[in-house]
Amino acid sequence: MALLQISEPGQYADPHQHRIAAGIDLGTTNSLVASIRSGLAETLPDIEGHHLLPSIVHYAKEEPAIVGNAAKQFANTDPLNTIASAKRLMGRGLKDIKTTGTRLPYDFIEKEGQGMPMIRTAAGDKSPVQVSADILNALKKRAEETLDGELSGVVITVPAYFDDAQRQATKDAATLAGLNVLRLLNEPTAAAVAYGLDKGAEGIYAIYDLGGGTFDISILRLHHGVFEVMATAGNSALGGDDIDRTIAQWIMQEANIADDAEHHHIRQLLDVARTAKETLTTQDIAPIQLEGHIKWQGELTHAQLNQLIDPLIHKTIIPCRRAMRDAGLTVEHIKEIVMVGGATRMPRVREKVGDFFKRSPHTDIDPDKVVAIGAAIQADILAGNKPDDEMLLLDVIPLSLGLETMGGLSEKIIPRNTTIPVAKAQEFTTFKDGQTAMLLHIVQGERELVLDCRSLARFELRRIPKMVAGSARIRVTFQVDADGLLSVSATEETTGVHSEIIVKPSYGLQDNDIERMLKDSLEHAKYDIAARTLREQQVEADSVINALRAAIKADGHHLLKHQEFLKINAALNDLLKIKEGTDVKAIKKAIEHLDNITQSYAERRMDSAIHRAVKGQHVDEL
Amino acid sequence: MNHFEVFNLPVSFEIDTDNLAQRYRDLQHVVHPDKYVNAPDRERRLAMQKAVQVNEAFQILKNPLDRGLYILQLQGIETNDNSAMDSEFLTEQMDLREELADLREKTQPFNALSNFINRLEKNKTFLIDILSQQFAQKEYQLALESTKKFQFFKRLHEEALSLEEDFF
Repeated sequence: MALLQISEPGQYADPHQHRIAAGIDLGTTNSLVASIRSGLAETLPDIEGHHLLPSIVHYAKEEPAIVGNAAKQFANTDPLNTIASAKRLMGRGLKDIKTTGTRLPYDFIEKEGQGMPMIRTAAGDKSPVQVSADILNALKKRAEETLDGELSGVVITVPAYFDDAQRQATKDAATLAGLNVLRLLNEPTAAAVAYGLDKGAEGIYAIYDLGGGTFDISILRLHHGVFEVMATAGNSALGGDDIDRTIAQWIMQEANIADDAEHHHIRQLLDVARTAKETLTTQDIAPIQLEGHIKWQGELTHAQLNQLIDPLIHKTIIPCRRAMRDAGLTVEHIKEIVMVGGATRMPRVREKVGDFFKRSPHTDIDPDKVVAIGAAIQADILAGNKPDDEMLLLDVIPLSLGLETMGGLSEKIIPRNTTIPVAKAQEFTTFKDGQTAMLLHIVQGERELVLDCRSLARFELRRIPKMVAGSARIRVTFQVDADGLLSVSATEETTGVHSEIIVKPSYGLQDNDIERMLKDSLEHAKYDIAARTLREQQVEADSVINALRAAIKADGHHLLKHQEFLKINAALNDLLKIKEGTDVKAIKKAIEHLDNITQSYAERRMDSAIHRAVKGQHVDEL
Repeated sequence: MNHFEVFNLPVSFEIDTDNLAQRYRDLQHVVHPDKYVNAPDRERRLAMQKAVQVNEAFQILKNPLDRGLYILQLQGIETNDNSAMDSEFLTEQMDLREELADLREKTQPFNALSNFINRLEKNKTFLIDILSQQFAQKEYQLALESTKKFQFFKRLHEEALSLEEDFF
């Protein structure tokens, strides 16, 4: 008997076609790109052999942006045009940045009605999204040169504790850089993937990730290739940068430097502080010498450093407690603690984390590279290069989503640590006769008052059918996808009319902003938009055709009636012919037609796969 | 399809959580959006709907209170009614709340707060046992009362935990 080819729905990448995919760790201080090469996940170096790309961009008048080490050289001489730590500004407003105590030496522009801060540079006003896009572009180039081909898709990592606005800003940056984002992956989950697959780990693990500007703690259950996040917590404005700043402030105090020192002095102080911190990782005393404008000599001891940074480390232990509570676990359940992020090299951090979890953390992995490597592994799978892989990542939403109700209170719709994707529907009614519009304010955070939460967006529902007050039933659905991104839809239930939704993101870019930026950016202006649209349609056509062929081969014989099969086959052949042409509209129409006549077949396939999964039987066991 | 049917399980308050988790993972292997990244649009939407359904069902069934409330709803019982609780229970709750408020004033409340939280957790475990018996005997009205009590304890528990976080 011939073996039956088993193909689950969703798996139909052509096995002969290897797609080039990469994982990108877009960090506050450094960024990396990794890929699978000859079966091994590894980070890709630049020509000089550096794996880490400093997340710094230098802008000069009418010159392309300079990224990385080359940009770092301008940090002291031209600080206003040299942007570092842009990640801290992603999806945030100027007010947020000021309240987090981050003193960044840039020339911010305050614009009325514009949530996102803009920075004045010699190359024009830049948003943090554009700065991030320039970093992503540099990594994209590096990957495409090293891997000798165009990237088909990337997985970009974000701090688990990033809220919706920060995630959206990251995705926007990728769009600007012309990248196809397969998934936004949480950094600790990426680290767990790299670590877990490498060590064959099973059980419950804590990933403590203290990066340059963000802190995450995730508790994961690893079980036969399934990485299930049980809880996550953190602080998206706390990291190694803050440790440097604390040390710099101490030096300023000791050396009698005024608080309002000039930008380049602050930069210089931060460098001196970072060097002292790194010295103290292996030495007991770090000499400090200030040269140039301000001359001062002193030293920082281990004991002094510990005293300075203990309050910051304590701020990471609070989320650890919360994550353990939310996971319903005690520290005894944790099999191992995996340390991620450059700041976990500090002995004091390891000691304090060890105290809390009552065991020494695991430190034999490279805390800088592990996130990018995990992202590369997932990118390879999502690109379809490993159709039989059993790996599955089940992640959660880090912060509760709520709606503003009467009295400025937040009513939770989706609680934190709910597994994504998730959708919740809520019903609203009108309070005036003939009311046709309604405003919804959606926030993220745990606090009761809307003012204490992060404002994500205001949704304006329009074209509600005119009815007597209280008789309209508007069902609003909030959906968070596997990237952790929120979308909202609304329908009036009694009439079935879809209300129009107008989104006003509090801190993000609107769709037309992105379009404008794409047009503004030189690289894309050269791009022929018509050619691009045609190629996109052809790719979509190929994907539909491949999917359908694989499906029919797998189960067409028992899920399709003969007549149905003939009809589908005819439509399939039509699409094959049409997609070779250049008529975008015709291709689109042919895809839609095929889509429509295969709808019920697709549903039957999905149900049959679900049925098999829950019965614990596979076709080969029947 | 109700949440139990999603996992091909009978409607019952007694549930083997390991078995449920295994079925959940098996289903996720089939419906998770990561398996459909290269699939045509409509199939991606279909998978998304299923994944959402599986997640919601799992979320409700793995949690004893939500599972209890869900079974009552399946029986057609209104779980949102605000009818009065027995006064003895309310007095007990008021005392507990007063105790928590007093803890707030203390300067070193850590141990006392820990003990308080442990007591609440014991109460919750006790209520789960009671719910188990009531569901086994199909005493749905009594079970409804127990779920309401459970909600009181849950609220108090959350408040105590957030207080603990403030002091930490």
